[in-house]
Amino acid sequence: MKKLHGVRLSHHKHTENSASQPLPLPKLVRIPMSMHIGAPCTPLVKPKDTVAVGQKIGDTDAFMSAPIHTGVSGTVRAITTYRMSNGRTCPMVEIETDGKQTIFPEVKPPEITNKQSFLAAVRESGLTGMGGASFPAHVKLSPKQPVDTLVINGAECEPYITSDYRQMTEAPEEVMDGVLQVLNWLEIPKAIIGIETNKPEAIRLLTEEARSHPEIEIASLSTLYPQGAEKVLIYNTLGRIVMEGQLPADQGVIVMNVSSVAFLSRYLRTGMPMTQRLITVDGDAVKNPCNLMVPIGTPVQDVLAFAGCDIDRANKLLYGGPMMGMAISDPADPVLKSNNAILAFEKLQSPKSSPCIHCGRCITACPLQLMPVEMAKALRRKDAAALEKLHVMLCMNCGCCTYACPAKRPVAETNQLAKAFYQSQKNK
Amino acid sequence: MASLFTVSPSPHIRGNLTTQKIMFLVILALCPAIAAATVLFGLRAMLLVVFCGGISVLTELICQKLMKKDITVSDGSALLTGVLLALNLPVTLPLWEAAIGCIFAVAVVKQLFGGLGCNFANPAITGRVFLLLSFAGDMTTWVKPFYYRSMGSGMLSSSAGIENLDAVTGATPLASGDADLLSLFVGNVGGSLGETSALALLVGGVFLLLIGVISYHAPVAYLGSLAVLELIYTLASGGELTAVPYALLSGGVILGAFFMATDYVTTPITGKGKLLFGIGCGLLTFVIREFASMPEGCSFSILLMNLLTPYIDRLTMTRPLGAKLVAKEESTNG
Repeated sequence: MKKLHGVRLSHHKHTENSASQPLPLPKLVRIPMSMHIGAPCTPLVKPKDTVAVGQKIGDTDAFMSAPIHTGVSGTVRAITTYRMSNGRTCPMVEIETDGKQTIFPEVKPPEITNKQSFLAAVRESGLTGMGGASFPAHVKLSPKQPVDTLVINGAECEPYITSDYRQMTEAPEEVMDGVLQVLNWLEIPKAIIGIETNKPEAIRLLTEEARSHPEIEIASLSTLYPQGAEKVLIYNTLGRIVMEGQLPADQGVIVMNVSSVAFLSRYLRTGMPMTQRLITVDGDAVKNPCNLMVPIGTPVQDVLAFAGCDIDRANKLLYGGPMMGMAISDPADPVLKSNNAILAFEKLQSPKSSPCIHCGRCITACPLQLMPVEMAKALRRKDAAALEKLHVMLCMNCGCCTYACPAKRPVAETNQLAKAFYQSQKNK
Repeated sequence: MASLFTVSPSPHIRGNLTTQKIMFLVILALCPAIAAATVLFGLRAMLLVVFCGGISVLTELICQKLMKKDITVSDGSALLTGVLLALNLPVTLPLWEAAIGCIFAVAVVKQLFGGLGCNFANPAITGRVFLLLSFAGDMTTWVKPFYYRSMGSGMLSSSAGIENLDAVTGATPLASGDADLLSLFVGNVGGSLGETSALALLVGGVFLLLIGVISYHAPVAYLGSLAVLELIYTLASGGELTAVPYALLSGGVILGAFFMATDYVTTPITGKGKLLFGIGCGLLTFVIREFASMPEGCSFSILLMNLLTPYIDRLTMTRPLGAKLVAKEESTNG
């Protein structure tokens, strides 16, 4: 089996020993009606409504979507507009907290008797992939193709982030229970949990948990970014190749994040939907790096202030890790379901780029052996046929090419432009 | 909120390697060869290296000023071109001729084609070939190592009077075929500054391989294919087997294989492409040496292969993981 390439990064896992702790209740939360791939939800509440923890505040009839709940009790202040990272907008429910954290009376463990009721419960939980892509879980768990393996992503290959690691070490039994539930209700025969070797404690604890479950295998994966990328993970755990235009299910695989399955376990036990999540707060502008349990919708500035970050000195704020994370323009923006970290940096300037010297490092760094240098040339001459031959749509934007480029060119960014151009030509 | 934040696409961190670092690492790797040249051919060798480096940097600076482009001489690429060209010159070459070579390499071969990354041929090699065709006599006047011991104090600044020395030899060992292998290996023979000591070049070349600045493909393919061809030729013509190592150690093959055939800009980008490039160089060097009128074919072979690089690149595209074949569709369309 060919070994996939990648880049070796400094881990910066400063928070690996920082136990998760709750963030003091924020005064205001701002909950966007779209935090997932798919249709945005419509608000179910209006200004001045009183809401309680776990109450559903947004939903839609669309299949490709997930309902939205509040993690605080209080009063709806206003319905405003949120600008998403893709430039589009969606409604946003702003709630002033009352500090009581009253639990919504309808919150109770779901009754599950078969696959249908399980999938319905997963949808009601509001779960979307917690690793970053935020794909609605009930959609992912209802593939048309037969699935023989559940792959659990515990790689956490991005620098700084340790929220998955804390989940695996603080409550490995939740991870295990979540995996068993999915295997059981979807009748999948086996599961593989992939973890990078730089997390020996997580590997040890989960191996212990899995001892009485022969259908669950723990795979130690080499510490090489992007080990946690879906295609890379599937290849390295099962040797299967997700072909161009395919979904993992086409190869008989469903991939879920460790934190997602652990959440499922908690939801099935308590009935409390996705209203809060664990995030790592770190970066060189953060004095006290930590792992915080925060209500979804908490303003980023509240999280950073708690971790001792002087926001005025920061020059870059990120949702997620430094390789694939998204830059935040407004510190009042909320923590989203998909955020596994909030990072703040004082000195993270984009370096000046110089001409390409044709060194080929973007090709050798690419886990999929794509040719970014040739894609850039094809894009410059607006050659969609050449982009097709270069398999541009395979690019997963992991950023290895940009990281490796000695000329400091925005290689991955150019790939994305090439993808957009190719798609616009194809749809003509 | 007073502060403004940088908003840019991911990734937000970059590796430490820069173009400038790469260039200076290659120059560092050439230092053993420069030191060997200085020991063998005297301080004038060092002078020629510094002079060529300086003229090349100055040429690039003036070109960029004239063309109103960003000044990028600090990236080290012009300096590297000058140093490489110097190592391809005989120690006795008049400085003004060396300067013309540098100006041609940097101004014509590199800057006129768009500067760093845009030239299709290796500037140092093209500069050398230009000088060889322009000043054939001076470019093929080789002195024996340590010739300077028999000269007075004037040897640093001038090449006048060298014609009268009995140290002058008309040919490199490649042409005369009269050196022993050990002399060839350490460089105790006549030749260009940097090509005589295989040992010093190998030290630098292996250093570049180990730190990952160059890959093994082109050097191994070049030296390997040349060795195989020479072996077959020697066996077929009934010569002595020492002809094979002799062919590898004499002339500019080692310098070419490790420092010219590995130039990023003018050689193929994938490993497979680099292998093809190296084999092509080996084949052309062999053909020129054995069947053409010129004794040395290294520069010409690399230059010719530079021209084929875009085609090799097209033939050796990678097959990405998960890629569906589109070749069939294409052939039916065409």
